Amino acid sequence: MLHIDQPEDRGGPAQPLVIARGLAKYFPLKRGLFGSGGAVKAVDGLDLEIKKGETLAIVGESGCGKSTVSRLLMGLIPPTAGEVLFDGELVGSAALPAKEYLRQVQMVFQDSYASLNPRLSIEESIAFPPMVHGLGRTEAVERAHDLLDAVGLAPGLFAGRYPHELSGGQRQRINIARALALRPRLIILDEPVSALDKSVEAQVLNLLMDLKEQFGLTYLFISHDLNVVHHVADRVLVMYLGRAAEIGPVESIFAAPGHPYTRGLLASRLSMDPTKRRKTPPLTGDPPNPVNPPPGCRFNTRCPIAEPVCSNSQPNLAAIGHTIHALGHEAACWALVPGSGHSLATRKVA
Amino acid sequence: MRDDLLVLARDLRVKFTTGVNAVNGVDFDLRQREVLCILGESGSGKSVTLRALMRLNPPTKTIMSGTLELGGRDVVQASENEMSDLRGPFVSMIFQEPMTALDPVFTIGRQITETILRHENISRRKARRRALELLELVQIPSAKRRLDAYPHELSGGLRQRAMIAIALSCRPKLLLADEPTTALDASVQIQILLLLREIQQELGMGMIFVTHDLGVAGEVADRIAVMYAGRFIEEGPVADLMRQPLHPYAKGLLGATVHEGSRGKRLTTIPGAPPDLRDLPGGCAFAPRCTEAEGACLAHLPELRTPVPDRAARCIHVDDRPAAFGERLAS
Ligand SMILES: Nc1ncnc2c1ncn2[C@@H]1O[C@H](COP(=O)(O)OP(=O)(O)OP(=O)(O)O)[C@@H](O)[C@H]1O
Ligand SMILES: Nc1ncnc2c1ncn2[C@@H]1O[C@H](COP(=O)(O)OP(=O)(O)OP(=O)(O)O)[C@@H](O)[C@H]1O
Ligand SMILES: [Mg+2]
Ligand SMILES: [Mg+2]
Repeated sequence: MLHIDQPEDRGGPAQPLVIARGLAKYFPLKRGLFGSGGAVKAVDGLDLEIKKGETLAIVGESGCGKSTVSRLLMGLIPPTAGEVLFDGELVGSAALPAKEYLRQVQMVFQDSYASLNPRLSIEESIAFPPMVHGLGRTEAVERAHDLLDAVGLAPGLFAGRYPHELSGGQRQRINIARALALRPRLIILDEPVSALDKSVEAQVLNLLMDLKEQFGLTYLFISHDLNVVHHVADRVLVMYLGRAAEIGPVESIFAAPGHPYTRGLLASRLSMDPTKRRKTPPLTGDPPNPVNPPPGCRFNTRCPIAEPVCSNSQPNLAAIGHTIHALGHEAACWALVPGSGHSLATRKVA
Repeated sequence: MRDDLLVLARDLRVKFTTGVNAVNGVDFDLRQREVLCILGESGSGKSVTLRALMRLNPPTKTIMSGTLELGGRDVVQASENEMSDLRGPFVSMIFQEPMTALDPVFTIGRQITETILRHENISRRKARRRALELLELVQIPSAKRRLDAYPHELSGGLRQRAMIAIALSCRPKLLLADEPTTALDASVQIQILLLLREIQQELGMGMIFVTHDLGVAGEVADRIAVMYAGRFIEEGPVADLMRQPLHPYAKGLLGATVHEGSRGKRLTTIPGAPPDLRDLPGGCAFAPRCTEAEGACLAHLPELRTPVPDRAARCIHVDDRPAAFGERLAS
């Protein structure tokens, strides 16, 4: 049996498709004149679960580590620490060798042009991965044509074209078709619509929603556009400087953000109403340098409600929701932890 | 001519020797203190229009025609020297990528000082003092120390501020902005938009701001011009246009924009793709994609129609009854 069809669900619906524990990635700094030996702490202790069939979005400012998380999950870079389980199996173990795992996880990047080989026709680009995995040429080409259909590009018109003959939106559809060619279970989308015009963005977002249904996919969706995230995500992970600030169901996070950083980020959205323009920016300053993150809560240097406890020790994610809709809503903020010593934290009930 | 008119454009056209018709008859006025946003998708001609205002399109490959005046001075026929006199003291530009405007080998302070000295006959010390004031104006923290910083030592947001400072160094009356916040995070984007709006009002400048994001226009514009295939297909006050666009393309763009409340719904899309600018259709360039199109749309380029005072769209389905608004109010 060739490994070119979507593998069976092994762990059952309750088993998260992805579990990452204690994930960390430090990029060592090049030794300069002063022999630094420091490192960019791009991801620094991240736990995360992606449930089967859901869309988990990661948001956060530039440089907070979103793409590093996706590259770690894709096995493109080795982690400094931590492990990843896929459908209950440890990635890289005998039960799930890296090669088998990598077929089940595919990625679509922002730059639609750089991800395609300019010398391959569209048809060849899409048929190539399954052929590498042993599918015959005829079947692979047939599959490529089906996928072109699925992404809304008539095979008769597009199969023989080359990347430079396509618009940005069309190229991004090709990238999506190619990611689907190995029948993956998880697709990591790293800013998939950021380079596209609004009218094309709408087409690609609709397409991604349709394909998810049609192919039974799970998405990890990275975007800096909070409106797009609100539109597509089931759950949202908010990252700040390599760590999780908040995670939870999208509606709960957008309606009642728990972390002051999430509140600032959400308030930074454009108002879409010229009569309700903001007067002051919700967040000021830039994120600190990830080489020397501030002690305690990483957000304390920009936080409007920071108190001494916030620079003393680092808060961990803790449940904050109390309604059924907020199940699984967690934030890492001392102001939300009873007894933490933060004046806004409700007193601990005995 | 009213003397607060900063820009007058009539049937402005820009064609490239490659055969691309990038700007195909643009008319507009810009007055002092006014902010016009040009909203359009990739390739619609926004940047070429903006560059035409400073005559920065490659001179040997560009054919410019029509009327274009900056502060009453003709731009189409002006000599290179006359243009140099305009650039800086009258008009300057900021870009999406600050590194295109910043020189990596000189400090921020040096770059601002040199720009001032090129145009004004003042001492280096005075110029440096102005540079410091400019960095404070654009709200760069520890401005004094940042005068001696090199561009690569600044974060993306600070670099953008430094570029704005350089653009303001000769106190222009007109600031052109080509998607200056497109590459930035939401949190930094809103900071820069608020800063630009604040400075524009404080200095009483006119501003033309190019963007593909309606939300951005909503934060800074007084008026919006929607551009498609090198033409302004609709123009009007920002609130009216965002609440109720007139032109089918503007309506489509609004519907396709992901917004609060679109969750769980399919987004409306615009079928097809923009026309080939080397070979434009005869009539309305949007007609081939327009659900409301009919034969007449392709026969002639629709005139600008004015259903209510102060608003206009190039679509034959838009009423042309400047009186209609008053009548409706009266009834
Ligand atoms: N190969 C690398 N070597 C050194 N530093 C790196 C490397 N890749 C990323 N970094 C650093 O790690 C941090 C996180 O980067 P990452 O690309 O994950 O951020 P991001 O959240 O995806 O940002 P963006 O929104 O800009 O894409 C940044 O400080 C970045 O400069
Ligand atoms: N120097 C040039 N020579 C030839 N064609 C050009 C030149 N500059 C721009 N064009 C063409 O003119 C058209 C309009 O380009 P322009 O850069 O104004 O688009 P835009 O609206 O700014 O798009 P974007 O949102 O992608 O920046 C495009 O077809 C472009 O390829
Ligand atoms: Mg990234
Ligand atoms: Mg442009």
